[in-house]
Amino acid sequence: MAELTYRDAVARGIAQEMARDPDVVFLGEDIGAAGGVFKSTVGLFEQFGPLRVRDTPISEQAILGAAMGAAMTGLKPIAEIMFSDFFAVCFDYIANEFPKSRYMSNGQLKCPLVVRTGNGAGSRFGAQHSQSVENWAMMIPGLKVVAPSTPRDVIGLMAAAVRDPDPVIFFEHKSLYAMKGDVPDGEIVDTLGTASIVRPGKDATILALALMVPRALEAADRLKAEHGIDCEVIDVRSLVPLDTQTILGSVAKTHRLFTVEENPRLCGWGAEIVSIVADEAFYDLDGPPVRITTPHLPLPAADTLEDAVLPNADRIVERVRRAM
Amino acid sequence: MLTPALFSAVVSFCCSRFAARAKVAANKHCTTRGNAGRMANAENRTSAASAGLNDDIGEATRLKMYRMQVEIREAEQRAYDLFLQNLVKGTSHLSLGQEAVATGFAAAMKPGDLSFCTYRGHAHTLARGVPVEQVLGELMGRDNGLMRGKGGSMHLTSAEHGVMGSYAIIGAHLPIACGAAWRAQYKGHKDVTVCFFGDGTTNIGAFHEALNFAAVWKLPVIFVCENNLYMEYTPIGDVIPVEHPAASRASAYGLEPVIVDGQDADAVYRAAFTAYERARAGGGPSLIECKTYRYSGHSRADPAKYRPPGELERWKERCPIKIYRERLKQFGIAESVIAGIEAEVRKVVDDATEACKAAPTPPLDIITTDVYADGGWAWRN
Ligand SMILES: Cc1ncc(C[n+]2csc(CCOP(=O)(O)OP(=O)(O)O)c2C)c(N)n1
Ligand SMILES: [Mg+2]
Repeated sequence: MAELTYRDAVARGIAQEMARDPDVVFLGEDIGAAGGVFKSTVGLFEQFGPLRVRDTPISEQAILGAAMGAAMTGLKPIAEIMFSDFFAVCFDYIANEFPKSRYMSNGQLKCPLVVRTGNGAGSRFGAQHSQSVENWAMMIPGLKVVAPSTPRDVIGLMAAAVRDPDPVIFFEHKSLYAMKGDVPDGEIVDTLGTASIVRPGKDATILALALMVPRALEAADRLKAEHGIDCEVIDVRSLVPLDTQTILGSVAKTHRLFTVEENPRLCGWGAEIVSIVADEAFYDLDGPPVRITTPHLPLPAADTLEDAVLPNADRIVERVRRAM
Repeated sequence: MLTPALFSAVVSFCCSRFAARAKVAANKHCTTRGNAGRMANAENRTSAASAGLNDDIGEATRLKMYRMQVEIREAEQRAYDLFLQNLVKGTSHLSLGQEAVATGFAAAMKPGDLSFCTYRGHAHTLARGVPVEQVLGELMGRDNGLMRGKGGSMHLTSAEHGVMGSYAIIGAHLPIACGAAWRAQYKGHKDVTVCFFGDGTTNIGAFHEALNFAAVWKLPVIFVCENNLYMEYTPIGDVIPVEHPAASRASAYGLEPVIVDGQDADAVYRAAFTAYERARAGGGPSLIECKTYRYSGHSRADPAKYRPPGELERWKERCPIKIYRERLKQFGIAESVIAGIEAEVRKVVDDATEACKAAPTPPLDIITTDVYADGGWAWRN
């Protein structure tokens, strides 16, 4: 067991897979000698060399296109898109190419690749470098989508993503890079499509993802201590495949559902889950499901303004307390 | 705007630089010629030589290339007829008039080389040896189609033939082709990747990203611009500030400008061969612009009224099949042999048409297969 930052876990997760399989290659902007703009890939270039850890031009379409061509012909590429906001300049690959080639070719083509990207707010970078765009990826049939919240999950889900035969979009949260957590020694391999109950409880279910997980946990502690409300917190971890069994099982036990989402409100991931619960567990519910989200706004840059729009523990406590 | 006469001057200038290198290489490459062919050929070599022709390609390859051009022409004309009969339901983009490009590039490939095509990809797919029936079946949405109706005319794919997909988002496949070539470079494989696209595609970002990326990584990829003078309906000359949509851009990526007469399968074959050899030897990418012309509209919905009067007729005089038929005769191939090829191809296309008409539509259960690698479409548990 060692204490590791989320940032260092990214490098360890990639290194674990590159050491295991020589077909795993890694490409992106400034990922090599520079160690990544978030310093999340430090040491990989030295360990695996310039043929496996390749710096690219600032060409997001070329990065994703090349990853796809390599994947369909036998490699297992990991591509970095520095900020998830930049998905918008290479969205053709994410929306039209990766997820459709297997289907359109009637199973002839494969696309086993991972796109990892810095997602989310908290760095005061403003509206084009701070977004949570996991819902952009979630809405596309043919993709898999994960967003780890702890160093251990970064390694385990990275391994699962690299070993998965389908295209996986891997959202790292920029505001979690400095977060520390215990990580077991040795190889870690997790399973896509599994949520985890990070705090058991009996009164209400709170679903959260990435940076919202620690905030939901803090809120749950306060709700228990200050209001006697015992919340179960679930780290959704994987939006596609979605672990509806764990979610529905929890709602059947607590009878209340809250989602804490960093993505802007319209069509956020929680909307889909609320609709599933309404369809399949309506009579388990003792009250309306409540979505706690970033409002439907571009993100402001100033620290005070940004802090005011993201869901935080105060807002979660307030919304849960009011609803119960 | 370029006239055929004008650019044939450009073409012969550029081609002469390739011909010498290609001559040696191509002779080595063509090992399939039979004895009979070699002897018949020897007799006629003098007449071909007096016509200024270079016998660097060999009879077997030339006959193969003629057959392929006729097959593409016949299959595409049939696709159009089937559309008029409402048996081809979706869109389709024909390469009538552009047959020599697909043929020359495919004929110079080796098994294992990879093709990346566009929605205008029937020709390239057939040229790699995919049966006519599977192509027409896909256009008709039948169960015998290449992808059983799941892809349609714009996405023809046959991995076993090296046809790694047909891409319908302009420019998308140029970076993908870079990735396939990167794999060859990384693994030390000797295959080359060939990526076809149109003149209009040279104005999209992915073209420029891919050219730069391939050049700086020295990838074994050949970018082939089929300059048929038009985007969908707009002449390419109206939307570029340079003369040649691809060739004039080559120097920005440290590449040689290469322009080829896309109506002459031999010229295409030579240019392809040279570029493939270079790529296999680690010499990096090539960008080749083929001057050509499409006889039909952009897609089935387009009557092509935007073309100036006489342009189509002038280009039909440079029909690649007409040119190649003449070429065969200059090399002493008997009319009966040529007519025999034409009859055989017609029968193949007729038989394929009947097979497709008789084929069932796909079963509905394939709607949910092959979204994910487990064969299904489950996004939840
Ligand atoms: C990104 C994108 N923009 C526009 C289109 C619509 N479109 C389809 S074909 C075409 C013309 C392409 O022209 P060119 O590259 O010259 O190829 P050609 O059709 O002549 O073979 C256009 C604009 C598209 N499919 N994708
Ligand atoms: Mg064109």
